[in-house]
Order: sequence, then structure tokens, then C-alpha cells
Amino acid sequence: MNALVKTENHAKQEIKYSTCYMCACRCGIKVTLEEGKVRFIQGNRNHPTNQGVLCAKGSAGIMKQYSQAKLRKPLIRKEGSERGEGAFEEIEWDQALDILTARLEKIRSTDPKKLAFFTGRDQMQALTGLWAQQFGTPNWAAHGGFCSVNMAAAGLYSIGFSFWEFGAPDWDYAKYFIMWGVAEDHSSNPIKIGLEKLKRHGGKFVSVNPVRTGYSAIADEWVPIRPGMDGLFALSIVHVLLSRELFDYEFLLRYTNSPWLVVQTPGQKGDGLFLRDEAGNPLVWDLEKQAFVSGMDANITPAMFGEFVAPDGRKVKTVMSVAAEEYLDDRYAPENVAEQCGVSAETIERVALEMAEVAFRETVEFDIEWTDVWGRKHDKVVGRPVAMYAMRGIAAHSNGFQACRAIHLIQMLLGALDGPGNFRARAPYPKPIPPHQLPENNLDIINAPNTSLSRPPLGFPTKPEDLVIDKDGNPVRIDKAYSWEIPFASHGLMHMVITNATRQDPYPIDTLILFMANMAWNSTMNTKNVQGMLREKDENGNYKIPFLVVADAFHSEMTNFADLIFPDTTYLERYDTISLLDRPISEPDAAADAIRHPLVGQERDVRPWQEVLVELASRLKFPAFTKEDGSRKFSGYKDFIVNYERMPGIGFLAGWRGKDGSKSLKGEPNPNQWEKYIENQSFFAHHWPDNQKYMRYANKDYLEVAADAGFVGKVEPIIMQIYSEPLQKFRLAARGLYDGPQPPQQVDRERISKYFDPMPVWYEPLEMQRVDEKEYPFHALTQRPMLMYHSWDSQNVWLRQILAQNYFYMNAGQAERMGLKDYDWVWVESHNGKIRVQLKTMEGCQENTVWTWNAIGKQGGAWGLTADASEAKKGFLLNHLISELLPPKQGERRITNSDPVTGQAAWFDLRVKVYKAAPGEQGSWPQFPPLKPLPGDSGERPDVLRYNARSDSKE
Amino acid sequence: MRLGLVIDLDVCVGCHACAVSCKQWNASGTTGALTDYDPYGAEPSGVWFNRIRHFEVGTYPESKTINFPMSCMHCEDADCVTVCPTGASYKRAEDGIVLVDQRKCMGCNYCSWACPYGARELDRESGTMKKCTLCVDRIYDQEIPVEERQPACVLTCPAHARMFGDFDDQQSAVSRAVRERGGYQLLPELGYNPTNHYLPVRKHKPIETEGLGKPGFKERLKGLANRVVKI
Repeated sequence: MNALVKTENHAKQEIKYSTCYMCACRCGIKVTLEEGKVRFIQGNRNHPTNQGVLCAKGSAGIMKQYSQAKLRKPLIRKEGSERGEGAFEEIEWDQALDILTARLEKIRSTDPKKLAFFTGRDQMQALTGLWAQQFGTPNWAAHGGFCSVNMAAAGLYSIGFSFWEFGAPDWDYAKYFIMWGVAEDHSSNPIKIGLEKLKRHGGKFVSVNPVRTGYSAIADEWVPIRPGMDGLFALSIVHVLLSRELFDYEFLLRYTNSPWLVVQTPGQKGDGLFLRDEAGNPLVWDLEKQAFVSGMDANITPAMFGEFVAPDGRKVKTVMSVAAEEYLDDRYAPENVAEQCGVSAETIERVALEMAEVAFRETVEFDIEWTDVWGRKHDKVVGRPVAMYAMRGIAAHSNGFQACRAIHLIQMLLGALDGPGNFRARAPYPKPIPPHQLPENNLDIINAPNTSLSRPPLGFPTKPEDLVIDKDGNPVRIDKAYSWEIPFASHGLMHMVITNATRQDPYPIDTLILFMANMAWNSTMNTKNVQGMLREKDENGNYKIPFLVVADAFHSEMTNFADLIFPDTTYLERYDTISLLDRPISEPDAAADAIRHPLVGQERDVRPWQEVLVELASRLKFPAFTKEDGSRKFSGYKDFIVNYERMPGIGFLAGWRGKDGSKSLKGEPNPNQWEKYIENQSFFAHHWPDNQKYMRYANKDYLEVAADAGFVGKVEPIIMQIYSEPLQKFRLAARGLYDGPQPPQQVDRERISKYFDPMPVWYEPLEMQRVDEKEYPFHALTQRPMLMYHSWDSQNVWLRQILAQNYFYMNAGQAERMGLKDYDWVWVESHNGKIRVQLKTMEGCQENTVWTWNAIGKQGGAWGLTADASEAKKGFLLNHLISELLPPKQGERRITNSDPVTGQAAWFDLRVKVYKAAPGEQGSWPQFPPLKPLPGDSGERPDVLRYNARSDSKE
Repeated sequence: MRLGLVIDLDVCVGCHACAVSCKQWNASGTTGALTDYDPYGAEPSGVWFNRIRHFEVGTYPESKTINFPMSCMHCEDADCVTVCPTGASYKRAEDGIVLVDQRKCMGCNYCSWACPYGARELDRESGTMKKCTLCVDRIYDQEIPVEERQPACVLTCPAHARMFGDFDDQQSAVSRAVRERGGYQLLPELGYNPTNHYLPVRKHKPIETEGLGKPGFKERLKGLANRVVKI
């Protein structure tokens, strides 16, 4: 080679494999280290998630690792200082652990629910949930309540798997792909890999999104829908499909509850429930036998449509008859929804017909022999190659649960689920609908001191008896999850915790532990006021939230409010598991999990938070962490991961189980499991044989493996639920037609009666119902830039060079009509407050929509940045405008600004007005005082950075 | 040999993965470090070899967002080389890669002014001009697995929107892509004969739905005889 070209010092380098943590994707990474310094992070070619590629965040991992914001040592708020003042003292680990242990011991031995433990962007809920369950507090959840519970819950109550992380488009064979409301966050690399494949194969990509950036930029067709109208658009597509008889009869009859019979006795108990036999099986009308038979049987000929009279004289009709009656109604006709959706009737009809064309006339067929769960053999699989994916644009509205169900309804009508070319399940999904896991609601257990919960704090209610409420019908959880206000809150409501705890509603707590969530800044609604709540004191001068513990790796707006800080490690410094018990990295063709292990040393006095949790669990003598003689069961996190078994043979890691590492998915603990993962590039994949790849809701061979591995309880068909009986049970309770608990308050009766429709339904988002559209004419949205994900990333000194100030984007024609132009400073005002921001115009933005990049705005001094960082001076948060509560209504208690079914934070329901700032009004507003540097940080920052990992460099 | 890149504008989502991977590789590469200025402060900036532009064509609602990565085009007739007073800028005869000899460069900026593609980056700390090397320190390195001997930007691109290869070889993937997809050079009229090519946006043909389904199911449903399907 040319002598001028310096080459690598291979002799001084080593290569290690791990898992990225720069976003939720969890790609495999191949890391080159030179004398312990990170030289290069690239995608692992063998990894099922990213197949060798890596996004901007992943490549910027070096700058995360060498961040100036890394915490160095445990910190305690200085005595006499005010919370949020930023005055901290360093303490030793033993002190920090002693302080927290003593506090937790006292709570646990008196009233365990006075501990609230909420976690942010982690992927270790299986451990944190177990920890909370063992502690005995119901007040635990991760961040799903403000992220995407609508997607998870809608899927798990309808099809047994879901958008978000429990399914993926079959990119290799899809011929039509419709993407609903996906910002560039979830599944970052897989979607990019997939979109290119789809386009290379000639497939059509349709993006339904008010904003044309990122993925939408390369869509073959862009549908600039009005925010919050996706459900209406979807149901109009359903209308078109039904009105032309374009649906998959066999799929619907075999795999969905379309022929099940619904009791029609309006105003009476039992109305809207399924007609069942004595064993509880749902009944269908058999056309050959001319009799009611169990819908769970095989070799039957169910009627898809029709009204019948049950033996007891009650009228019944099939689910599909209910659907036809509902959706063939003219109110769903394209011409009647076009204006509201902002999508032309022609487009709605054409998109519906294109999907049907591809689904029914361009099928993908494979000669794969497989056996259905009823034991019948099939000699091929037929795929309807219409794939979909949907995320936050659906999720973050208060009608998102039902909107997502409407999308699943289209998939069911097309027969486009878990077959070649469509939307396929990722193990351990599909699961029974909903999964057989109920939230702990036994008050005697919840209130008992020093007692673990008998089951996890989170789960999937199917009837009012499953709610977590007291004898008067009041919430038991601090976030009010599983109360009449939010019955199906499967991920909890982290966004309500600070507000509710401050209002001591439903009760005061003692300690709040937050892990890796910026709830004092970009992860909370109503940021400015929430900061005030964290400082709020009672009449005796005590903080309303008495003790606030924050665990994080970086100095953030949130750590600034802590009373006690547990400094975490970075993702290159610790052991982690990405587990099938949790949020796995499976792909449709393989069940998979992964680990991280320390690649670099660290000289700070920090510890992995999981290690701290295992330590606390041992000190507090949680039963699962303690031997019979009272001594600790696990020496630490690594030991716990290898030896903890949820059920015999089922643990956190599925690969290399069994004493000698020869077993997969299930087997005794293997003492060398970590080493086997490290030898095998830090991931494990169980590739499904062809006969277990498709129709897994009714695939016998797959379900047998799934049952053995603990993915499902037993081998039985998973029948998809077009009509959801659990929703109807709540509606009956709300209408006083249920033998069991009923909501005591009128507001809950009204909400549940209206929104718990057992069929997918569209309604105007709740905030929009209460805010004057004329005064606040714009929908305001946020999305994450592809090159950042989270406030953890926008501090990154490489990434922030690409984006260090967010602008406020508006449709160019709209701006011109309003006399606004690029770089104008404007005021943006909602019912909750106002902010001043800098405007940019663009064509690719729906006319009634304005938007910005989220989590770019920073409080000065946070994240290792200077007080005058552009993120602080020019960047901004839209969050100040978004209330966590709905606008008040006379005579009604304050209600969360969330989906009324799942509690999903309704970020995207926001409406605003926009007007030009006065001359001289410049810079973003509100401004916040800069954070003080932490002990050990001079606060000085270099003017230049010259990173070079070469061991022979002079840098 | 004439090495260069093909960039597929039909699938580039503008994610900046290529830009950051490039920064990462080259920070510790043959012309590293790549200085960052005011990295923690008000106006962060730095030396990057690959930058992504975003622009729109057409007006709402027919507008299209285009993401456009730009780096050195490794021109056949590179003016940046011609104007260099010290001979630091040179084009390699063996593979066409344009490089800057860091020992000879005095940072005079002539090459930067000569380059119409904005591909040159002055490192104010080293006082030298830097630019895309096509990862010349990767692509010939025999210790790197053969399938990874590609520029970092190509290796990492999640949308596989970037290809690397020899444009002199008519059978190479880059030559074929340019032929089959109508690949084009940027600003060919300037006469520098850039090596890198861009692939245009594909046009999806309309999906014919003629004769699909039977309208009027609502009416038909009234007297419907159910289809008998054995399940």
C-alpha cells in the first residue's frame, strides 16, 4: 500500500462483540478496541436484528462512552440545600446503600405501597418487575404508559401479538407495506433494512403520516393524514373492503372469532357477551348440522353471518354480522370521512383496493407442510403479502387503542397475519388473547407488611373483578392503573406518578425511585409545572414526595432533583441481558436473546443498577433472593441471571442451557452460560424450522415448542378477537348490567360506556373534545430524529453537531397565509401554557399540523454541555404545552390526559395556536437556570476535541 | 481501477448513519483526528467527510423529501488537485482515489474553493485540508475480513443505499447499478467527471384493481346464503 497511508495497529487491537444500547433496537455490535480505547463500533453481520448495519446513534457510541456528563460517584443532596438546587455531596457506596436499605426496610415493614419504583428506557423489566413484586409494592411500571402501550395492548387484546416489539413485517416477501404514524424510533435498523428490500423487490410503500421526513421521505405514496384520524381512515378502509365482499372467509372462520355468536339483549345483563356452552366454549351456528356447536372444535361449518335464536330464547348474531352492521354504515363511507381525515375519498378507496388486490391476487405460496393445532395436515402456506407497521402516531392519541384495533381488523379481514409477506409474530408471541397474567389485586397481600405480591404488579384484566381497586372502588396504585379511570393499563402510567404523588391522590408515598427516565424534562408532560411539583412542600415544610432516588449514568435535569443518586455504568461497561422474559430481540424466523458484557474498564466509582437491585434484594431478604437459612442466594447480577429460574428450566437467557450448555430455550442452569454467549458473539438465536414459521396462532408444532419453552401455557388455538368480550364486560359494568363491581362515579360510567366498545371504533381524541378548535387551530406533534433517540443521545458531541437546535415546523403555504417565514420567532400557545420558538417552513407537513423534534431542548449545564449550549438557548420542549390532565370540567374530578382504555399518554392530542413574537423577542422561552456542575466536575469544557483511538497518536 | 460510490436516492432515509460511521472510522484513521470545535458549547461544529443534505421538491401535498449525502466525488479531472500549490492534493493512478498528503498540505484552502461539491474540510487545529479517503486505510487492509473491506459509510448504511466498487469494471455492482437504474453524476456540466454516481427515485407503477370485488355487499347481505366453509 501507498506509504502515505497509515494503517491500523492490528497488533494492539482486539475485537469484542456485544449489544448496542443507543436506542431500543438492540443491534449486535462488533467493537474494535485499541489498548482499551474504543477504536470502531460497527454492526455485527451475523446478528439477527441488524445484519451488519448500524445507525448513526450506534456509530456515535464512542462519544457516549467518553461523555462529560457521566456520573462518577454516589451523590446525596447537601444537607440544608433545596431539592433541585443542584448542591450534592459525594458519598461512598456503602453509605448510599445503607441509607436506601434502611428507608426501604421501614417502608416494607409498614406499608409497602409507599415505595413507587418506575423505570425509563430500560429493557430489564423482567428483573425490575420481579424486584417490585418481591418488595410487595404494586407501584411499579416501566415507561410504556407514555410510550406505546396502546400498540402493545391493542395487539394483545386482538391478535395475540402486536406492533411495537412483538411482531415485524415480513420484508422478504411483502409486496405492499403500509406504515402508520411511525416516527424514526422503534426498530430503527430493521425498518431501514426492510424498506430497501421491499423497494428493491418492487413492493409498494405507503406512509400514513402528517409529516414527510425520514422513512416517509422514501414512500411511494404519502398520505398526509390529520393527527388523530387514523382510526377513522382505517375503518373507512374496512367499509370499502366489506362493501365489496373483499375479505378472507377461510382465515376469518378458522383463526378469528368472526362466527362466534353475540347475545343481543340490549338493556339486559349478558347483552353483548358470547353465547357459550356449559363448559364455557363460545358457540357458533353450524350450517351443515344446523345446530349450535363449540367454536373451538374442528371440522365444523360455522355461519359467518346471521341472526339466530339461542335455545334459551335469546337473540344472537355472529361477530361478522355485528361488524357488517357497524362498518357498512354510510358514516364510514370514504366520502363521509374524507374531510375529517384530510384524505380524499378516492385515496381511501384506492388504498383499500390496492391492499385487497395484493392480498388476494398476488399471494405468496410456499410448499411447506405443516400441521394445524386441530391436527390437520396442510401441504402449503399461503401468504397474503400486505404488511403493516404502526407506532407512535397511532399510540400517542387518546383514541389510539381503538385505532390500533381498527388496523388489526384490516389485517384480519385480509388474512394478513403471521403468513409469508405480511405482519409476523416474534417469539415469545403470539400468546393467548389477552395473555394469561393478571395484575396483583389482593388487598390483603398488597397491604401486608414484609410480604411479596403473589403475582406481578402488571397484567391483562379481562373483567371488572380484575381491577386493582379498594372496596370503595378507588385506585390502589399511585398511577391509578387498573382503576375505573384506566382499566387496561397494562404498562402503568409513569407520566402520572409525580402529579398523583404530589397531590397525594390516592395517597401520599414515601419514596420514589426513578431509573433512567428524564421525568423532570423531556419525558414528562407539563415540564415546568412538574419541576415545581418535585419541589413542592406541605405545610410542615416537608416535600410532598419525601424521598427521591434517581439511578442514571449521566447528569440530567432529573438527577438534579434527586435526594440520592445511584450512578450507573454505560452499556460498554457492564453485563446485561436482553431476555425472552422481557422485551426480546426475536425476529419472525428466530427466537433470540442477547447479552452485554464489559468491553472497557472504568475508573469511576459507579455500579450497574441491576447489580444494585440484586444487592438491595439480598439486603432486604426478598424470598426469591434469599436461601432458607437467611443468607443471600445470589452473589450478584451475573450469578442471578444464570441461576434464577422462573419455572424449572426457564430462566433469563434461553441459549446454552443445561449443565453442559447443550440445551436451548429450556434446561437446567449452566454455570458457564455467560461465557458461551461471549464466545458466540453475545447473542443466541433459535431458528424456527419451516413448518413452525407461519400461522403460529394455530400451528401445532410451533405451539408445542412454545408451551415447552413457557411462551404459552398449553397447546391450544389462539383465536383472534375481532369482537372483544373483556371490553364489553366493562361496558356492561358501566351501564349497571354486570353482576360484579361497577364504577361508582358517573364520569367513569360515561367514559367506559362510550370508549370500551367491543368492536374497533373511532372517536374524537379527548383533549380535542374539550379545546376550542377555532382558538387552537393546529395539531402539534413531536418526533424523534433518526440520529438521536432520547436525551441520552442529544448530548453526544458528534450527533449534536448535526442537530443542536430544534425548529418549529409548519406547512409552507399555511405559514405564508399567516405572514410567517423561516427563522421567525413565534409564540405557541395551548390551554396549558405558552412557549417561544423559532419557525421553519416545509412542504411535507399536513396543513393543520405543526411539529418539532423532541428532546433536543435542554436545561443549560445538563448533560455535560455548557450553560449557553444552543439546546438550552434556542432549543425548546413542546412538553410545557402538554398537560398530563385533561382540561377541567365542572363537577368532575381531574382526569388523566391519556387513552381511557390503556392509560397511554395522549401527547399527540395537543392543539395550539401560533402567532409571531414581537420585534426583539428572541431566543427560546421559557428559560431555566443552568444546572450546577456536580462534585468533581470543574464545569470547564474544552474548546476543541480531537478524539483519536490510535495508540500511536499524539492526541 | 476507478473506485467510487453509488448512492441510491430512492432508499436513502437521511438517517446520517453513513456520516457518523465515517466520522468514527476517520477520527482514528489515516488523517485523524478530525477536530470538533466548541463540542460542548453554543455552536458545535467539526470536521466531517460526509454530510447529508435534506431538501424538498414539489409543493404540498405532492411534495417529495429528498435526502442527499455528499462527500468527495473522486473526480476523474479533479480541479482540487490541479490548483494545489504544494502537490499535497493528488489523485492516485492505481485506483483514482483523491487524497491529501498531510505532510505537504499548508492549509491554503485553494482546493476547497476549487471543489464545487463542498467536499473539502479544513482542520483548523492541524492546519491541513482533509477529505473522504474512500477509507483507503480499510479497503486494502488484508487483516480486515474481505467482506468488510469497504468504506465505513457503505458498511454501515442501514438502507443499503450506498455501494462501493470499481467503475472501470463493467461487471461490478456499481457499474451495473448505474446502467440499470439510470445513475447520474452530480453537476456533470462542470466537466470534472465525478466518479461517484447517484441513483434516481424509482417510480412505482400503479396497482391495477380492475374488477376486484363485487360492490353492493350491504344489500346482498340481507338475503345472504352463508358460504359453507369447513374448518
